[in-house]
Amino acid sequence: MVDSKVPPGPIQEKWTKFKAQAKLINPSNRRKYKVIVVGTGLAGSSAAASLSELGFQVDVFTFHESPRRAHSVAAQGGINAAKDYKNDGDSVWRMFYDTIKGGDFRSREANVYRMAECSLSLIDQAVAQGVPFAREYSGYLSNRSFGGVQVSRTFYARGQTGQQLLQGAYQALIRQTEVGQVKLFNRHEMLDLVVDQGKTNGIISRNLDTGEMKIHMADAVILATGGYGKIYYLSTLAMNCNATAIWRAHLRGAYFAAPSWTQFHPTSLPQLGEYQSKLTLMSESLRNDGRIWVPLKAGDNREPNTIPEGERDYYLERKYPSFGNLAPRDISSRAAKEQIDNGNGIGPLKNAVYLDFRDAIQREGIEVIKKRYGNLFDMYKKITGMDAYKTPMMISPSAHFSMGGLWVDYELMSNLEGLFVLGEANFADHGANRLGANSLLQACVDGYFIAPHTVMNYLAGMKPNINKDQKSGEMALQESKARINKLLEIKGSRTAEEFHKALGKILYQKCGLSRERNLLLEAKKELKALREEFYRELLVPGNASQFNLELEKAGRVEDYLGLAQLIVEDALQREESCGAHFRVEHQTSEGEAKRNDNTFKYVSVWESLPNEEYKLHKEDLEFLEIPLTERSYR
Amino acid sequence: MKLTLHIWRQESPRTKGKFETYFLNDLDTHMSVPEMLDHLNEKLIKEEKDPIAFDSDCREGICGQCGFVINGHIHSPEKHATTCQTHLRSFKDGEELFLEPFRAKAFPIKKDLCIDRTALDRIIAKGGYISVNTGQAPEANSILINHDTAEAAFDAASCIGCGACVASCKNASAALFTAAKISHLALLPQGKMEANKRVKSMVSQMDMEGFGACSFTEACEAVCPQGISISHIVTMNREFWKE
Repeated sequence: MVDSKVPPGPIQEKWTKFKAQAKLINPSNRRKYKVIVVGTGLAGSSAAASLSELGFQVDVFTFHESPRRAHSVAAQGGINAAKDYKNDGDSVWRMFYDTIKGGDFRSREANVYRMAECSLSLIDQAVAQGVPFAREYSGYLSNRSFGGVQVSRTFYARGQTGQQLLQGAYQALIRQTEVGQVKLFNRHEMLDLVVDQGKTNGIISRNLDTGEMKIHMADAVILATGGYGKIYYLSTLAMNCNATAIWRAHLRGAYFAAPSWTQFHPTSLPQLGEYQSKLTLMSESLRNDGRIWVPLKAGDNREPNTIPEGERDYYLERKYPSFGNLAPRDISSRAAKEQIDNGNGIGPLKNAVYLDFRDAIQREGIEVIKKRYGNLFDMYKKITGMDAYKTPMMISPSAHFSMGGLWVDYELMSNLEGLFVLGEANFADHGANRLGANSLLQACVDGYFIAPHTVMNYLAGMKPNINKDQKSGEMALQESKARINKLLEIKGSRTAEEFHKALGKILYQKCGLSRERNLLLEAKKELKALREEFYRELLVPGNASQFNLELEKAGRVEDYLGLAQLIVEDALQREESCGAHFRVEHQTSEGEAKRNDNTFKYVSVWESLPNEEYKLHKEDLEFLEIPLTERSYR
Repeated sequence: MKLTLHIWRQESPRTKGKFETYFLNDLDTHMSVPEMLDHLNEKLIKEEKDPIAFDSDCREGICGQCGFVINGHIHSPEKHATTCQTHLRSFKDGEELFLEPFRAKAFPIKKDLCIDRTALDRIIAKGGYISVNTGQAPEANSILINHDTAEAAFDAASCIGCGACVASCKNASAALFTAAKISHLALLPQGKMEANKRVKSMVSQMDMEGFGACSFTEACEAVCPQGISISHIVTMNREFWKE
């Protein structure tokens, strides 16, 4: 059993009390401590900026050319906060409730409550930084609603909310580089974590421009390296998103929680051909005004606009009348898959459904729709060449968000002392399914408001910059060098890209939107074979001491192959359906996910042992505030 | 679909580069330009040749990582599109394409089509922010911002930092990039306090990085993937001369 270190007391007071009692360091002593932050998305940039504002020395690592390119930039729709500006009955409690329910009762109550609580200050912080959220004509902030809830608590900056929030965090970070408090290592990839007797001492980095590898020691390390949905190859993520930092930390002893819980986003663009490298996301906010449907008759090839109303199946509105097109993501994605599997899919590969704005345009006028979603419609046109004002969009589910990640306690610290994990890289707040507009929030809250307190609390218990044994660092460095050389020396016949595509195919087919024991067992075998082939047949051009994009890719694919095996193990072990984890064997008579609270009311927390064996630890989940109920959106 | 590609190959920042020619005859019109290069790279690797280094990450036009010049068009022959949002349907079957990096003194070439744009970060570092620490913020709705002002600030803030404005400019000026940030922050009441200091130090850093002066040809606005208006340059100039 792992200890989540949730403080005692009423849920409303836990965080306030924690902050009040957390250990502090005198401002003049803070500069003696060094913290490493890996990743410069919302969680990493905000944590680095906030810690350095407090006076700590912060070294920041990103594989990007500039911190501003981190993938938080691509989040479109919005960020939730329980401000109740709409007077529609919202509150911290309701947001807490919605998130627990949305996560299908597989998240930690205390963390979720804290996220809802901190959402209030986060909006204040972002506005103060100059984030241009949408405004009413009166000058007040505007809100819209998002999937899985019945209030309007989403703040947004057109369809570029992630970009705008990231600009805020990036600017805060860059400001600290200017005062010399943050040292920025662009184009540096973390290849390993330096751990000595369960304590985190630093990282190994590779300079991606020169190939130089180095040890960096610190008093604490923060990983904020994002999600790993790109493991499915076709996903909404950026090409370079990877699991290397968290996977290497895992191999050094950090537990991995719920690795198989990946969210499939219901509104991404469908795959059109084999050459395709990603599936572009269309913001979920489109579901506020767009209606999702498929032709009633399977294989109906008529132009969508010529299909009469009576021959369309608005299946979300039919199946979930109270939430309709705003049903949560896992449910909407699965419903789409059901239509596609039944042969009702549309598009050249019959792998999509329609998202139709005809009625909204008739009701509100084209100008209003343009204002709300203009840039999304433009983006749709750029990618597909089609005009969504005139013909419905084609959308399909795509691998998107990792609810799973490195296990952390209430203080966002892993089981390895001194290793903190923030944002999408951790497992904490979203349970088995994340609600829309909660990911930007979690990343920001972790970085701006939680880590500064919990990291200082940790550092206060130790002397700064203690003479660390360099041996563990030296060993890790040599191992990283050997690993890289090994990849280069295979000199086989298949590229990293080919292995990644093959990996994605196995996972999509056998451990994707639905999972089934037989298929998972097949996947297990296939993944093992693929990994063996990787070490036999990989072909990487060039050498290790140069700018070598293929070598970067090969290292990331290697780590994905390791993680994939754990993902399948996790999916196999959990004999229930919950949220995004849908086991075909466990469903209600209506085809909904059927949880098994008697046996699986815990988070699976994995430790990797040598020889591809895994040890399961458990974090029991307690629902003291919100009674366990069947999750229904009908 | 067939295309003949002449691609700029350059081993490192210090070596000399040249165009090399590649023929591709198995392309799909729905491929994006980076997907075409992925496809070419797979072939090159298998022929034990050095694959083409090019920047690309989000592939949906928002991260600002991609971008090169295609037949003299910055990013794309399409209007207000990034390279990654450009698909082969924008070209004719059999067409010849010249791909080369964004060129500017302040953007050294790292390898092939990859360039170093950290100069832009250094401009932001000189004041492209509001100096607010975490925890200092007042209640969000206590700062009222007129709807149109918020929209105008957003238009400026939507810059993705790709550097197309610099590449399009005959003076390699970063005026549009710098102005977008200055204007975004100067438009907002939160950002007004530091506006004067900000504009002076950002503009001076822009000059120090080796970017040229703006001579108002408007080329930058024409190629900007976000369609950022040169009116922000006017705002920057006005802010600069304010007492």
